[in-house]
Amino acid sequence: MTLSFNDVRRIADLAYIETNEEEAHMALAQLSEIFNLIEKMQAVDTSAVEPMSHAQDVVQRLREDVVTESDQREQFQEIAPQVEEGLYLVPKVIE
Amino acid sequence: MFNASLKQLSQQLAEKKISSVELTKEFLQRTRTLNPNYNAYITIDEAMSLAQAETADQMIAAGHASPLTGIPVAQKDIFCTKGWLTTCGSKMLSNFTSPYNASVIERFNRIGAVNVGKTNMDEFAMGSSNETSFYGPVRNPWDVAAVPGGSSGGSACVVAARMAPAATGTDTGGSIRQPAALCGISGIKPTYGLVSRYGMIAFASSLDQGGPMAKSTEDLALMLNVMVGFDERDSTSLQRETEDYSRDLDNPLTGLRIGLPKEYFAKGMSNDVAAAVERALDEYRKLGAEMVEVSLPNAPLSIPVYYVLAPAEASSNLSRFDGVRYGYRAKSYSDLSDMYRKSRAKGFGAEVKRRILIGTYVLSHGYYDAYYIQAQKIRRLIAQDFADAFKQCDIIMGPTTPTVAFNLGEKNNDPIQMYLSDIYTSAASLAGLPGMSIPVGFGNNNRPVGLHIIGNYFSEAQMLNVGHRYQLETDWHLRMPGV
Repeated sequence: MTLSFNDVRRIADLAYIETNEEEAHMALAQLSEIFNLIEKMQAVDTSAVEPMSHAQDVVQRLREDVVTESDQREQFQEIAPQVEEGLYLVPKVIE
Repeated sequence: MFNASLKQLSQQLAEKKISSVELTKEFLQRTRTLNPNYNAYITIDEAMSLAQAETADQMIAAGHASPLTGIPVAQKDIFCTKGWLTTCGSKMLSNFTSPYNASVIERFNRIGAVNVGKTNMDEFAMGSSNETSFYGPVRNPWDVAAVPGGSSGGSACVVAARMAPAATGTDTGGSIRQPAALCGISGIKPTYGLVSRYGMIAFASSLDQGGPMAKSTEDLALMLNVMVGFDERDSTSLQRETEDYSRDLDNPLTGLRIGLPKEYFAKGMSNDVAAAVERALDEYRKLGAEMVEVSLPNAPLSIPVYYVLAPAEASSNLSRFDGVRYGYRAKSYSDLSDMYRKSRAKGFGAEVKRRILIGTYVLSHGYYDAYYIQAQKIRRLIAQDFADAFKQCDIIMGPTTPTVAFNLGEKNNDPIQMYLSDIYTSAASLAGLPGMSIPVGFGNNNRPVGLHIIGNYFSEAQMLNVGHRYQLETDWHLRMPGV
């Protein structure tokens, strides 16, 4: 399959990365080459193969539903770009 | 002293011939002189290092020393380190002083090892040359025109140039083994799940694995003894009996069956690398090992599979960087969405953005089955190839990289060529198998060559034994670049 300029704009949009026209054109050229490499996978018949997500077949561990972390809000907010009265500030989203 | 093994340094500390403070000062002094040439560290904090050394000296005096107490260890800047800048090589985290410690850091702190600095790396561990770092490229100490490899290039460089006796690294598709090979040091990526990923900034979670980088395999064993252990804070951490990775170092290799995958000895490997690898295999024959040809038919697909799975996981993992709670936030923006877009556009470098875009695409509606699921299926075939090969052999060997270190700038603008430097290392990562690189000589331009050793799951002690017996007979691991 071939990647289009609009595909690149769309995925940049989905990924929340601002991209200008020039960058998108460059990304298109590079991503197309990478997808040519990736296409080699399609030659393999995998109809009878189960997908593998992790190397070891382990089950997800569960823990008791109890509080294990103490409140460290002040420490964490010290490195935040913008906070006020214990809240993280972002531009207004609701008028 | 700079070429001493960890065991020798540990002995000197135990016998009070040197204190940890003195030892740390020696390495810091050497770093002050050499680091400007190599750019191997992102952060050095002598006061914090020396405070840790003082604590270590108290532990030694109180009789609470273990083998790495008081030993300087450099930490890859991917490990969150409380009170230290932890950048992951990115502008996105260039203002991030970590409020907590990664498990790996905790484990080193607990036994009184001394953090002598945070090492430079490819941005978010995405790269094979250290050129994607926001902090500039690291130079190869054997030849400053060459790259040190990546992504753990800073760690490889500090060990090779003897700015630290050992360092930590992380490996997703080859990021410990490839730079170890290009810098002429030893490095091991353990079986997936042995070293906790808690506090290790995530790239591709199903592949990421921390591991040690050091001069010798004997040193790697001591480092692994500290790094490996179950951690309930990492959902894929494995619960196993504690092992002493040094226990089998001296075992004889008589009768060891070494599998040589024909796919790794086919075209693609340069002549100088092939010659050094052949000489190493001859040494193993002398040590009593026998060679068996094996086949990994799906291994050539490991790069395509890797470049679907790793970017897919990365696109998800890196969605957390949005300029809200920590990290870089763009200076000006019109609304919330614009703030996200501009912060991520300016905070991430080109390679990271490229991989986020690939990952977003292969996970997007309509392409998920054709790319992501297909890659996961071939991943199983690759793992099965190894399982079949290990029926015929005990351990697998081949080159770590197709060529010796390439020049800075040589592959910078050609992502595909860069990706192919992990052609021999990524298959073991996909299978979750342990992989190790040890120095076995020099190739073109007197640049180091690495031998890649792949073991079966949980066979680290045997792999280290295989490396150690070779290092008892040869001195490549003791060669130092003329810095």
